[in-house]
Amino acid sequence: MTQTNRIGGRLIDRSRSLSFTFNGRAMQGHPGDTLASALLANGQQLVGRSFKYHRPRGIFSAGSEEPNALVQLRRGAAQEPNTRATVAELFDGLEATSQNHRGPLEYDLLAATDLLAPFLGAGFYYKTFMWPKSFWEKLYEPAIRSSAGLGRLSMEPDPDRYDHGYLHCDLLVIGAGPAGLSAAVAGGRAGARVILADEDFRPGGRLNAETLEIDGAPGHDWARTALAELAAMDNVRVLSRTTVYGAYDHGIYGALERMTDHLPASGGKPRQVLWRIYAHRAVLCAGATERGIAFGNNDRPGVMLAGAVRAYVNRWGVAPGKRVAVFTNNDDGWRTATDLRAAGVDVAAVVDSRGDVTMSLDGARVETGGAIVDTAGRKGLNRITLQNGDRIEADCLAVSGGWNPNVHLTCHQRGRPTWRDDIAAFVPGGALPPGMTVAGAAGGALTLAAALREGRETANTALEDLGFTASREPAPKAEDEAAGITPFWHVAASRKRAWVDLQNDVTAKDVKQSHAEGFRSVEHLKRYTTLGMATDQGKTANVLGLAILAQAAGRSIPETGTTIFRPPYTPVPIGAFAGRARGRDFRPYRLTPSHKWATEQGATFVEVGMWLRAQWFARPGETGWRDSVDREVEMTRNSVGICDVTTLGKIDIKGRDAAEFLNRLYVNGFAKLSVGRVRYGLMLREDGIAYDDGTTARLGENHYVMTTTTANAVTVFRNMEFARQCLWPDLDVHLISTTDGWAQFAVAGPNSRNLLRKVVDAAHDISKDAFPFMACAEVTVCGGTPARLFRISFSGELAYEIAVPARYGDAMIRALMAAGEEFGAIPYGTEALGVMRIEKGHAAGNELNGQTSAHHLGMGRMISRKKDCIGNAASERAELSREDGLRLVGLRPVDHGAKLDAGAHFIERGDASPSMASDLGWMSSVAYSPSLGHSIGLGFVRRGDARMGDIIRAYDPVRGKDTEVEIVSAHFIDPEGERLRA
Amino acid sequence: MIIHHPLLGPRDAAEFVYKGDVTLIDRPDWQAEDAAEAFHDYLYLRDNPAGEHRELWFHEQGDRSWLVVTRNTLTHEITKVELARDVARERGRSR
Repeated sequence: MTQTNRIGGRLIDRSRSLSFTFNGRAMQGHPGDTLASALLANGQQLVGRSFKYHRPRGIFSAGSEEPNALVQLRRGAAQEPNTRATVAELFDGLEATSQNHRGPLEYDLLAATDLLAPFLGAGFYYKTFMWPKSFWEKLYEPAIRSSAGLGRLSMEPDPDRYDHGYLHCDLLVIGAGPAGLSAAVAGGRAGARVILADEDFRPGGRLNAETLEIDGAPGHDWARTALAELAAMDNVRVLSRTTVYGAYDHGIYGALERMTDHLPASGGKPRQVLWRIYAHRAVLCAGATERGIAFGNNDRPGVMLAGAVRAYVNRWGVAPGKRVAVFTNNDDGWRTATDLRAAGVDVAAVVDSRGDVTMSLDGARVETGGAIVDTAGRKGLNRITLQNGDRIEADCLAVSGGWNPNVHLTCHQRGRPTWRDDIAAFVPGGALPPGMTVAGAAGGALTLAAALREGRETANTALEDLGFTASREPAPKAEDEAAGITPFWHVAASRKRAWVDLQNDVTAKDVKQSHAEGFRSVEHLKRYTTLGMATDQGKTANVLGLAILAQAAGRSIPETGTTIFRPPYTPVPIGAFAGRARGRDFRPYRLTPSHKWATEQGATFVEVGMWLRAQWFARPGETGWRDSVDREVEMTRNSVGICDVTTLGKIDIKGRDAAEFLNRLYVNGFAKLSVGRVRYGLMLREDGIAYDDGTTARLGENHYVMTTTTANAVTVFRNMEFARQCLWPDLDVHLISTTDGWAQFAVAGPNSRNLLRKVVDAAHDISKDAFPFMACAEVTVCGGTPARLFRISFSGELAYEIAVPARYGDAMIRALMAAGEEFGAIPYGTEALGVMRIEKGHAAGNELNGQTSAHHLGMGRMISRKKDCIGNAASERAELSREDGLRLVGLRPVDHGAKLDAGAHFIERGDASPSMASDLGWMSSVAYSPSLGHSIGLGFVRRGDARMGDIIRAYDPVRGKDTEVEIVSAHFIDPEGERLRA
Repeated sequence: MIIHHPLLGPRDAAEFVYKGDVTLIDRPDWQAEDAAEAFHDYLYLRDNPAGEHRELWFHEQGDRSWLVVTRNTLTHEITKVELARDVARERGRSR
């Protein structure tokens, strides 16, 4: 196929050709073309099928407002559905396909849907699919799902990359038409930092599409000169292919830059960049969008917006038809006729709804006070029918119902547009986003001279506000073109369906029906009919729809009101919002100092509190994780094991009031902890629920080191800062988080002291008497390396934790393992750690789950009644502290071969009908205990402390299990604590 | 949103963590007669004004200052930012 409709084109490069395909058919275009202009140049009027009725549809507009021409671009993983052909930049090798048809586009099997249209009007879902009820899941929903949606996703991961960026400026100019360019030039010349963003790949706005002149030269030439001047300024950044899609608080704007969508491949660059722009002032120069008129069969391919027809002729040198008719209610529509004529295209007729028009076009048929009632043509327009019955042959109809200022961004906070009768359109109203002003067509100044003047003046006012001196150079000169309009919305005489919203297949009848059925508010109209939804958000349809609603209701348009515009202005891919936070990078994680070493040992890792921790260390011959974990537990309990515990939160506390501060954080007393000693502490939330636990060591008179659980390290520190700054601002206490500063290792097992004697420098006596259980000291290791040694035990064994500055962590683990070789020392991971703490009855995250109190944990007596602490008062509430409440106990299966499961609920043995009322509590943690040779559990049982030896049932209807368990002490191993004091 | 930190100047709200109403500073006296009642109110009762609201923000990705931000809940306009420590002292908190 050749470019039969190409007639020239001032802003395309005809010296070069680009090849592309549409539905597999090879076509040609030129650099500067959009897919839409190239399709029209190749005579391709039919480009898709409509959403609901599968009606043939063509290209309706020439910009981002396009409701019809949604196509699928590229293939494979990069396939992108629902792209507007009118903004897709043509490149060599582009593959485009049409959407929403079964079989070929020309013979869509689903076109039969259109015959059912009388039954599918507004609200048919709500009326039709109500009964019989059983049909919903089996028939209705699957059928609706298979026919819903337009394009198809590739179902493969997006192969492209997306980035986020941050920009700062004095003046953000949104839109680079005549108003935006003169605003940006004013800002640039005044020396302000300016960002000019425009959604088009060729900035200039309507100047590129019109034949209007500035300073005696074509407008598009003036635009090119202005852009060259801006490009040469260091203080100005021009972002083309960039849509400012949202106005957020405090002068922050969201913008999407399409970096490589116009290239065959992204070549390693980010495909799109989501910019966050911080602007002191913003000038909205977003222009205006033309709207249609509702008349019979106004949706045929070939029926287009008049301004779009002009754009295709002037900018791209494409005649959208061989014989074009114009239907308008305003002066602007006439310029389409004159521009067509100037380009040598046959003008079939100009139909103006206004009766008092004196305009004429030499030799062309003019119908004033006229209207079009119907169109004909199966896959594209070939004839229009006037109200007086006359039929006119035409293959393209340019329609103008007037222009709507693009007020969207003015509404993103609290702005509500107001109606202006003189231009028959909504203009920005109410409270605009602070710092934003509006210039040009976006504010209702719909003529060229006004746009140039407003752009400059609005920018100058903002610049002077910011302390800049406005440039005194003369303003560009242009004339205000004729722009009169008499509102005309709907050809009521038309008996055929008149389309209002092309993207959602909403007709004038649907709007009236919505009103008749009681959906009278414009917001209800939108939801009932879907008017103004989907990718175009009703840019060409909304005002038309609510004008028809207003007519039906006998109200004025301002009384009817508009729906609220929310971000984004045009669609933004989810991938752009995600940026690089995808897959493995969705949430960053940290590596412990022994990570490299652990990797060498073949560790399996698990993510814990944003750290990767070794979960277990498999050895050759082990057939599953249980083999490894059982061995790690046994070796530790029999000799010595080493575990990286760096991830526990560490908070350094200093100051004269540090002890008093700790006293107020923990439920138990810390005032009397002596230097060189460690104490276990329990923290509550202020509402009395158990929050976190850990040990705090007193290293000096006014120096403590606290540990927190891995998961709560960040929030405990935050809450401590809150207590320090907001609750007790005059306590002399200072905090610093040192979690990442120290590498810390647990060395546990009967041989742990023997091992450490080989590592800790001899000057430090770590004998049983000199360094007893719960002792701590600053020591040196390996010949002078500073370290901290704590004799604390999570496993229940004789155990220590040794900390060295993080940079020595890798060396330390290697030194510890080398020293332990003679004892058969092994590394153990978080699984073995968990098994040993369950064997010992220590509470952890499963027990501190946000539902349990100190009393439930059996630590009620730890709460000091002599002092205040966070959560102290609320922990005494009846339900949290009742004597017959839940208590943490151990559970042992009566049949030792049975495996226990966390999450099971406890009920009495004879309970025939388990219920919430007969629920006794729940199993919180379970493990296979290699030390005991059977499964064990921790759990909360009502009055559990008074029921030792009782047998109850662990009832688990989810897993279909019901196991008899005996209530035992939670201390399965060494209840007297002899080992850890050894 | 942008919060004008009294020490560091304008900072993006993403650097902060939100806590809530400034009255969280007014922690009741645990030994008062009506301590149970007072803690109940402190913990669970908040005003939810449509308009000016004083609230606590923590500069977690910054200098760790707790701030009291006066923000209009309807417009997000921020009219005042103070160091929470100063506010706490003004509200009678010391040691």
